[in-house]
Amino acid sequence: MTERYSFSLTTFSPSGKLVQIEYALAAVAAGAPTVGIKAKNGVVVATEKKAKNSLYEQDSVHKIEKIADHIGMVYSGMGPDFRVLVKRARKIAMQYESSYGEAIPTGQLVQRVGAVMQEYTQSGGVRPFGVSLLIMGMDDGKPTLWQCDPSGTFFPWKATALGKNHINGKTFLEKRFNADQELDDAIHVAILTLKESFEGAMTEENVEIGICNDLGKFVRLSHNEIKDHL
Amino acid sequence: MSIDEYNGSAIVAMTGKDCVAIATDTRFGVQRTTITTDFERVHKMGPTLYVAMSGLVTDAYTVAARLKYRLNLYELRENRPVNPKVFVSMVSNLLYERRFGPYFSTPVVAGLDPTSGKPFIAGFDCIGDPTIGTDFVTDGTSGEQLMGMCEAFWRPDLNKDELFEAISQSLLNAQDRDSYAGWGAQVYIIEKDKVTKKILKARKD
Repeated sequence: MTERYSFSLTTFSPSGKLVQIEYALAAVAAGAPTVGIKAKNGVVVATEKKAKNSLYEQDSVHKIEKIADHIGMVYSGMGPDFRVLVKRARKIAMQYESSYGEAIPTGQLVQRVGAVMQEYTQSGGVRPFGVSLLIMGMDDGKPTLWQCDPSGTFFPWKATALGKNHINGKTFLEKRFNADQELDDAIHVAILTLKESFEGAMTEENVEIGICNDLGKFVRLSHNEIKDHL
Repeated sequence: MSIDEYNGSAIVAMTGKDCVAIATDTRFGVQRTTITTDFERVHKMGPTLYVAMSGLVTDAYTVAARLKYRLNLYELRENRPVNPKVFVSMVSNLLYERRFGPYFSTPVVAGLDPTSGKPFIAGFDCIGDPTIGTDFVTDGTSGEQLMGMCEAFWRPDLNKDELFEAISQSLLNAQDRDSYAGWGAQVYIIEKDKVTKKILKARKD
């Protein structure tokens, strides 16, 4: 697919930076806000999903996607790039299960997705992905939350914010995060964090919430469930 | 002469109470000629996970080496010891990759789950069909003879000494009825914190 160019388009600047990756991170920082919080018995991610127009059919497309029964993924940045990574991540998860007969541990998925993202910073004729991913999963009852950057780096987080206003979001979380809180409280904190950067009223139509519950399953909350939490 | 009888072997694995045993003969021969009498068929894959390979020796060796390669990468990537069920999937996959030009060797897996310590044994065919055993698993040119012997000697919940007796007697008497296997035996008794290897004297014929 990319073999026509034999040289990478992502090259070092004299100061030692890969500017293409910096620009990709700028694309992420301009994207819709996303928040992820790890609780004692689960993980929650929440993201703003503002429709540009009232004619939009909101429910046809989702920002928070299931990768495997126990893993969910969301992004800040460019939607189309996210879709490509979702497809890849799903294939990676299924191939693992096919080879090892076991569900892929979230950390393993993250390692492999990170490797894919890194490929696009070094391969010929491609550009880095314009998304930062938040990957959440339950491994044997233990909740995990990871971030994957356009460079291919990945970080495990207790709580984090991506996209517009992520610095304020992270500051807010630093104060409000509690390692012992239950999933319901974490959902509440996630909503509050999103509200900080929200323009206008937050309703169940313009926000999406996904959780990994204590049964080890990824679930996207329905409109009614979100309404209950708001 | 069948390719499975070119080298000859006797392999058996048995479960006990919180322990497993895996035993093989030690003859390495080429058809009727015996080359060595101290051949190692059992390969260590983890502190409590062992695999023994029957059949064509060159394939037995290659499969064991390729398996260890995949296993090492798994443990490096995942930072944890493999559990036997996952290992069985790995073996099955490796063998099925060669579905239409198979390895002429079948593995027998014996081990304990690294977290629960539960005994685990499994056998395969040469294209990777896994059979997770509850009592014993046998293989090699003496496979059928071993089945009969094990059926007679095995009981549930054998302790490690009883298990050693059961598996040793099964192996020695079965390999005596097979001209391609014998010339000595090795028995590994695998417990949660200790693995004992015993070398048995057998009929040299």
